[in-house]
Amino acid sequence: MTAAVYLRCLGGIVEREALRFLHQRTRFLAALVRPLVWLFIFAAGFRAILGVSIVSPYETYILYEEYITPGLMVMILLFNGMQSSLSMVYDREMGSMKTLLVSPLPRWYLLTCKLLAGSLVSLIQVYLFLAIAWLWAIEPPLLGYLTVLPALLLSAMMLGALGLLLSSFVKQLENFAGVMNFVIFPMFFASSALYPLWRIKESSVALYRIASLNPFTHAVELTRHALYMKLDPVSLAVVVGCLIGFMALAVVGYDPARGMMARRGAPDA
Amino acid sequence: MNEASQGQQQNGDPPALAVEGVRYAFGRHVAVEEVGFTLAPGSFTVLLGLNGAGKTTLFSLITRLYATRVGRIRIFGHDVARAPTRALDHLGVVFQQPTLDQDLTVAQSLRYHGALHGLSRRTISERAREELARIGLADRIGQKVGTLSGGERRRIEIARALLHRPRLLLLDEPTVGLDVDSRRALLQHVRRLCRDDGVAVLWATHLIDEIEPDDGLLVLHQGRLKASGTVARVCDEQAAADVAGAFQRLTAAAAA
Repeated sequence: MTAAVYLRCLGGIVEREALRFLHQRTRFLAALVRPLVWLFIFAAGFRAILGVSIVSPYETYILYEEYITPGLMVMILLFNGMQSSLSMVYDREMGSMKTLLVSPLPRWYLLTCKLLAGSLVSLIQVYLFLAIAWLWAIEPPLLGYLTVLPALLLSAMMLGALGLLLSSFVKQLENFAGVMNFVIFPMFFASSALYPLWRIKESSVALYRIASLNPFTHAVELTRHALYMKLDPVSLAVVVGCLIGFMALAVVGYDPARGMMARRGAPDA
Repeated sequence: MNEASQGQQQNGDPPALAVEGVRYAFGRHVAVEEVGFTLAPGSFTVLLGLNGAGKTTLFSLITRLYATRVGRIRIFGHDVARAPTRALDHLGVVFQQPTLDQDLTVAQSLRYHGALHGLSRRTISERAREELARIGLADRIGQKVGTLSGGERRRIEIARALLHRPRLLLLDEPTVGLDVDSRRALLQHVRRLCRDDGVAVLWATHLIDEIEPDDGLLVLHQGRLKASGTVARVCDEQAAADVAGAFQRLTAAAAA
C-alpha cells in the first residue's frame, strides 16, 4: 500500500461527505439556527446582566455577544460531532458503514478519514456562522479567521472522536436524546463557553474545577485565543491529548457487531 | 466435520476462500459454529439457508466486519485477521441491504468505492465505463442512484464490487426484492462473470430455484454447516431426488 492509495482513499471519503453536504444543504443551514438563536436572543438579553471584564485574549472590554461567539462556534462542532458519529450507529446497521469498512485499508485509518471529512463539513458551517456574526458587528481581526482554522479542525476532530467513542456504547440511534441530556448539555454549560472561568469560580469552586477539566472548555479557549491570533498552549495540549485518547479508545472499541445483538439477538436473514 | 466442498486445487494454488472451524456468538446466542469449507478459484457456490441460519454472520466474518475469534478465514491464502489488507484486496462484496447513496450519481458512487480501494481516478473512470457497458447501463453513468430501479441498482452494486478486480465475489441474498426478470438477469450476469472471468462466487440465498446442478452447494442450518459438495453429491448423500428434497431432510433432521 503506497501513500497514493491512502491519499486517494481520503480524497474519496471527503468528496462523498462534501457531496452529501451539497445535497442536504437545508439540513445544514437549519443546524445554524441554534447558535444564531443564542447569539441574537440569549446574548442580547444577557448583555446587560453579565458584565465581562477583561480576560485573555481580549485587550479591552467586550460585549457579551463577542465573548460567547467562540463558544457558539465550538457548539456547532460539538453538535455536528455527536450527530455525525451517532449517525454511524445507524450506518453501522444499514449499509454504508459496511462499504467503508470492507476497504482493505486499516480500520483506524478509515475511521479517521471519516472523522476528518465530517469535521471539514462542520468548518463550513462555522465560517458561515462567523459571516453572519460579522454582520452582527462581531468583528475579530481578519487574520484571526485564518489562525482559528487549525484550532477549529483540532476541536472538531476531538469532539467527533468523542462522539465515535460514545457511539460504541450507544446501541441504537434513538438514544440520541440521552446523549443530548447527559453529554452535550453538561459539556456546554459546564464550560467557559457562556461565562469566563473566574466568574464560575466566584459562585462555585466545584463547578470551576469541573469546567477546568472539561475538554470542551479547552476547545473553546483554544478557539477563542486563535480567533484573536493567540495561542493557549495548555488548551492546545488538552485538545490534542483528548483527540488522540478518544480516537484510540474509539478504534479499539469500535465493533460493527454491536447494536445487532440488542436489536434482534442475531443479525441474520 | 465438513469436508472441503470444492477440494484443493490440483496445482497447489491456494483456494479462493478457506474457512476453518469458525464460530461466532452474540452474547449467548451462537450464530455460527464449527463452520469450515473451501472454494476453488473460479467456482460458483451457493450458500443455502433459511432466514436466521447464520449466512449474514458468516459473510460479516469473511469481510472482517466482525472479528473472527474462533477459527480461521483465508482469502487466496491471506488470513483475514492477520493480513486484512491483502485478503480484502481480493474480495468484492454485495451486501444484502442496498448500500448506494441515493443522492449520488452512478459515476460518483463508483468513484467513492474505487477511492476506498485506492484506485486512481483515471483507472476508476475507465473501469466504471467498462463495467457499466457490460451490464447494459452505460447510459446511466450521470444519473442519480435514486432514479434507478431495484434491479439496476443491484447490477450497479455488482459493478462496484468488481471495480478493484477481485477474484472472489460474495453476494448476500442479492435477489431479495427483485422481480422475476431482474432476478434471472442478475443470476445470469453473475454466472457469466464466474465462467468468463474466472471470478469465484459465493452466492447466499434461501431460494432453491437459484441453484443449478453443477453448482457447489453449502447448506447452513441453525449456524452449522449441514452439507457441502456438488449439488449431485449432496442429493445422493440424502437420497433425495432434488435439492429441495435434500434441503428438507437436512433441516428436518436437525430439528428432530
